[in-house]
Amino acid sequence: MLRLSETHRMLSPRSAPVSSFSSLVRRLNIDGPLLGGVLLISAFGLFVLYSASGESSRLLINQSIRLGVALVAMLIVAQLPPDFLRRWTPWAYLIGLILLVLVLTKGAVGQGARRWLDIGIRFQPSEAMKLAVPMMTAWFLHDRQIPPKLGHLGIIAILIVVPTFLIASQPDLGTSLLIAASGIIVIILAGMSFRLMMALGVLAVPGAFGLWHFMQDYQRQRVLTLLNPDSDPLGAGYNIIQSKIAIGSGGLFGKGWTNGSQAHLEFLPERHTDFIFAVLGEEFGLFGVLGLLVLYMFVIGRGLFIAVQAHDTYSRLLAGSISLTFLVYVFVNTAMVTGLVPVVGVPLPLVSFGGTSMVTLMAGFGILMSIHSHRKLLPH
Amino acid sequence: MNLLSPIKDHHSERRLFIGRVILASVISTILLGLVIARLVQLQVFDHELFAQKSQGNRVRIEAVPPIRGLIFDRKGRVLAENVPAYQLELIPEQVNDIEDTLQRLAAISLIEADAIPRFLELSRRGQQFKPVTLKFSMTDEEIANFAIQRPRFPGVDFQPRLVRHYPYGELFAHAVGYVGALNTNDMQRLDSARYAGSSHTGKTGVESSFENELHGFAGYRHLITNARGRQVPADSSELLDSLPIDATPEPGNNIYLSIDLDLQRVAFEALGERRGAVVAIDPASGEVLALVSRPSFDPNLFAVGMSATQFGELQNNLDRPLFNRAVRGSYPPGSTIKPPLALAALETGATNLTRKSACIGYFQLPGDEHRYRDWKPQGHGPVDLHDAIAQSCDVYFYELSRDLGIDNMHEYLTRFGLGNATGIDLIGERPGLVPSREWKQNNFHGDNRRWYHGETVIASIGQGFMLATPLQLASMTGTLATRGSRMQPHLVAAIEDPLSSARRMISPKSLGNVGIGNEFYWDNVLEAMHDVLQGPRGTARAIGVGAPYTMAGKSGTAQVVSIAQDEEYDEEELEERLRDHALFISFAPFDDPRIAVAVIVENGSSGSSVAAPVAKAVMDQYLGYGNASTE
Repeated sequence: MLRLSETHRMLSPRSAPVSSFSSLVRRLNIDGPLLGGVLLISAFGLFVLYSASGESSRLLINQSIRLGVALVAMLIVAQLPPDFLRRWTPWAYLIGLILLVLVLTKGAVGQGARRWLDIGIRFQPSEAMKLAVPMMTAWFLHDRQIPPKLGHLGIIAILIVVPTFLIASQPDLGTSLLIAASGIIVIILAGMSFRLMMALGVLAVPGAFGLWHFMQDYQRQRVLTLLNPDSDPLGAGYNIIQSKIAIGSGGLFGKGWTNGSQAHLEFLPERHTDFIFAVLGEEFGLFGVLGLLVLYMFVIGRGLFIAVQAHDTYSRLLAGSISLTFLVYVFVNTAMVTGLVPVVGVPLPLVSFGGTSMVTLMAGFGILMSIHSHRKLLPH
Repeated sequence: MNLLSPIKDHHSERRLFIGRVILASVISTILLGLVIARLVQLQVFDHELFAQKSQGNRVRIEAVPPIRGLIFDRKGRVLAENVPAYQLELIPEQVNDIEDTLQRLAAISLIEADAIPRFLELSRRGQQFKPVTLKFSMTDEEIANFAIQRPRFPGVDFQPRLVRHYPYGELFAHAVGYVGALNTNDMQRLDSARYAGSSHTGKTGVESSFENELHGFAGYRHLITNARGRQVPADSSELLDSLPIDATPEPGNNIYLSIDLDLQRVAFEALGERRGAVVAIDPASGEVLALVSRPSFDPNLFAVGMSATQFGELQNNLDRPLFNRAVRGSYPPGSTIKPPLALAALETGATNLTRKSACIGYFQLPGDEHRYRDWKPQGHGPVDLHDAIAQSCDVYFYELSRDLGIDNMHEYLTRFGLGNATGIDLIGERPGLVPSREWKQNNFHGDNRRWYHGETVIASIGQGFMLATPLQLASMTGTLATRGSRMQPHLVAAIEDPLSSARRMISPKSLGNVGIGNEFYWDNVLEAMHDVLQGPRGTARAIGVGAPYTMAGKSGTAQVVSIAQDEEYDEEELEERLRDHALFISFAPFDDPRIAVAVIVENGSSGSSVAAPVAKAVMDQYLGYGNASTE
C-alpha cells in the first residue's frame, strides 16, 4: 500500500518535499483541509459534551477513545485505493445483507428492536450498510451509461429497497430512511432526469395522502408513533418544549460554557445524545451555533469539491453521496431539535455521545481522502 | 445501447455531475438556511420569552398513576384492593455514588444484594429526577430501622404509595392472579403514556386478562420548580398558560367476579394439602362459582416483590404451586367421559338401552391376546348401559367402542367441548386433546401414524392420548346438566365504572348445543349418573346416600402414564406420584341443576372415595347445607 502511494508521490508534479510534516500527511493519503474540519468539529463537540454530561470526565474520556478509534479507522480506509474499494463493493454489500438477515433472525434485542449482532463485541450491521448502499449504487453505475436508463434505475431501486426494508423491520425507521437517502442521492447525482424525479414526486405525494386517508385511526397512531416514539405529553412534546426553551434562552451569545440552566437542571432530556444541539444553543448562543454550522458546511463543501475532482464515476458518485448524506444528518438533527421536523432518533454527527455511528462517519471521510489522494493522472 | 460505443463520454458525464453538485449545494444551502432562520427566530426574536421561561420558574411534568380497579366476589367482598404502604425510593440525581449506596443498603438488609445490578440499570436509564423504587412495601421494623440510618443515605427515602393487596392470599392466587413490577418486556408491550408513573401490571389470572379494564389511564400535572429544583406552588407562575393543562388520572374499572368467596374457601379447604383442582360452574349461565388449584401461593409476594431465593423456591417446588391446574392442568379424563360417550352411542345407534355385556373382568379384541382389564378384576356380570355408568363398567364401554368408532367418539366429545379451549376469560388456558385419526396422522411418524383398534378401546375409558382440563370437565358436566346446552365459562360477572358506579353486566354466551335431541336418551344417561351417587350399587353411593338433595355424578380414575425422565423423585415420593389420579364430576340438584363441579386430586387413587367428597362439600355449601357437611 505504502509503495503504491510512494509511486503516486513520485508521479505527482507537486512531489517535491515541502516540509516533513506535509509530506507525512501526503504519504498517509490524508486530506489536510478535511481532517482539519473534522477535528475542529470533534473538538468543539467534546467541549459541549463535557458540559452536557454534567461535567462528567468519564463520558469525556469514553468519547475521546471512540473518537481515537474512529480516526484510526479513517486512516486505514484512506489507504485503500478507490479501485480496490470498488472491486470489493459487491461483496461488502452482500455480506452486509446477510448480516442484516442474521440480525433479524438471531440478533440481540435491545429497547424493543433487534439491531445488534453479538460477536464478542456488539456490532450493528445497519451501520456498515450506511456505506455499503451508496458504494453498491455507485458500483452499479460505474461502467454503465450516465445518466442511467429506466431499467437500470429499476435495478438500483431494488438494491436500495432491500436493505432499507430489512433495517426498517428491525425496527429502525430512522436509519433505514437515512440509508435510502444515501442511495437516492447517488442516483440524483448520476443525473436522473428531472422529469422522472418530478413524476416520482408527483406520484408519491397523493399516494401518501391517499394512504393516510384510508388508514384507521389506530394505524395512523402507529405511523405517528413510528416516526415519533413517544408522542405524548409525558414524552416528546416535553422534549421539544424544553429544547426550544434552551435554545431560545441562549440568545446571541449564550449563557456561557457549563452555565446552561436548562441542561444542568436536567430539564433537557437526551441532552448528551440526540438533543446536544440544544445545549450548544443555550450555552454558546446563535454565534456558537452558526460557528458549528459553518464548520459543517466547510466539511461538506470540501467533500463535494473532492467529488468534483474525482476521476471516475464510482469515486465521484460515492464521494458526493457521502458528503450530502452527512448534510442530511446535520439537517435532520438540527431541524428536529429546533422543532421543525418530528423527533426521529438521529444524532448530531461527530458531536452527540455514542460511538456506533462515529466509526462509520470517519470511515466515510477516509473514503473521501482515499479518493482525493489516489486520483489517477488522466489527461484532462 | 449501441454495442460499438460502450466507451463513456467522461467529459459530458463530469459536466452533468458538476451541474448536479451545484444543484445539491443550492438545496443544502436552503435547508441549512431554514434551520438558521429558525435559530434566529428562537434566539433573537423570541429570546425574551424563552429567557424568561428559563430564568424564572421551570416546569416539570410529572405523571400521576391511576388507581387500579378493585376486584370483588359475586357478593361484593373485596378480593384485590389497594392499601397504603411505605416504599423505599432512590432519586438518582441526588445520590453521589449509587452503587455504593445500594451496597450499603444491602448490608443493612433493606434490599437484596443480587438486585443491585437491576437497580443500577434502572437508575441509569430513566430521567434522573424520577425516583427508582427499591422496595415496594416496607415493614414497620424496616421503616424504624431505616429512619435511624437515614442521614447516611442522602437521596434515599421512604414514600407512602398504594400497593396491591390480596386479603385472602393463596385462596385466590390462581383465579384473581397477581400484579408484579413492570419489567422491560412489559414496557415494550404496554402504552408508555398510559403506564407513565405506574409500577405494576397484571401478570396472571383476572389481574392479567382484564388488565385493560383494571389499569385506568395515567394523568399528569405540571410541577413548577425554582432554580434550585425545589417545588413551588403551581398557581404562582404565568408559565402554565403556554403549556397543556393538567389531566387527572382516570381510575381503572372495578371488576365483580362470579366466584363466591365462601364456596371458594370450602373448595380450597376440601382439597386440603393434596395436589389438585376444583372448578364449579353455574350450568345455566357458565358463570364460574369456584376455581381452585392446589398447592397455592401468596400472591402478595409478587405485588410487593420478593427475594430471588423466595421466587426460586416457588419456581422449583416439585409440587408446582405457581401452576394453575384448574385451567392448565391436562389430565386423562378417565371414566368421567362415559356419560357423553353413552349419549353418543345411543344417538348414533352404536348401542341401545337393552343391550347387555357380560363383564368377566376383561375384554379382548378378536385375534389379539391382549387383555383390556376392567377396574373390577372379577367383573360386573351382565350389565346394561345404566349399570355400565352407575357401576363404571369398563368392559361394556370397551365393547361399545368397537361399534361407536374413534370418528364418532371424536365428533361427540368435541361437541361437549373437549379438545378445544373453552374460551374462559383467563389467559393461558390449555385445550386438552381428543385424539382422532387425523391428529395421529399429523403428529406421529412411520407406522405410528395409523390409528389402531386398541387405541379406540382405551379411548372409551378416557385413557391413552386423551387429555382434559378440570375446567373443560366442569363445563362438560354443565352441558350434561342442561341436557346439551353449552355455555361459555366465565369468571367476570360485571365491570363497574368507579366514578359513576355504572355497571356493565357480562351476559352469558351460548356455545351452541351438542345436538342430541332425544330426551329419552338424556333421561336414561342422567338417571344412571344419579344412581352413581344415589342408587343402590353406584360407585359413589357412600357420598350421596342420605343427602338432603338429589344429585348426579360420575367418578373417574386415571392412570398416571409416565414420569418425565428428567425429574427426580426419592423412592417414597415416586410411589406416591405413580398412583392414579382421582376425578369426580357432578351436578345438583338433579331436577333443577344449579351447580356443576369437577374435581381432580392428583395421585388420589380413587375418584369415588377421594375426589367425590370434595365435590359433595362444594355442592353442600352452594345449596345451603354447608355447615351440616363440613362439621
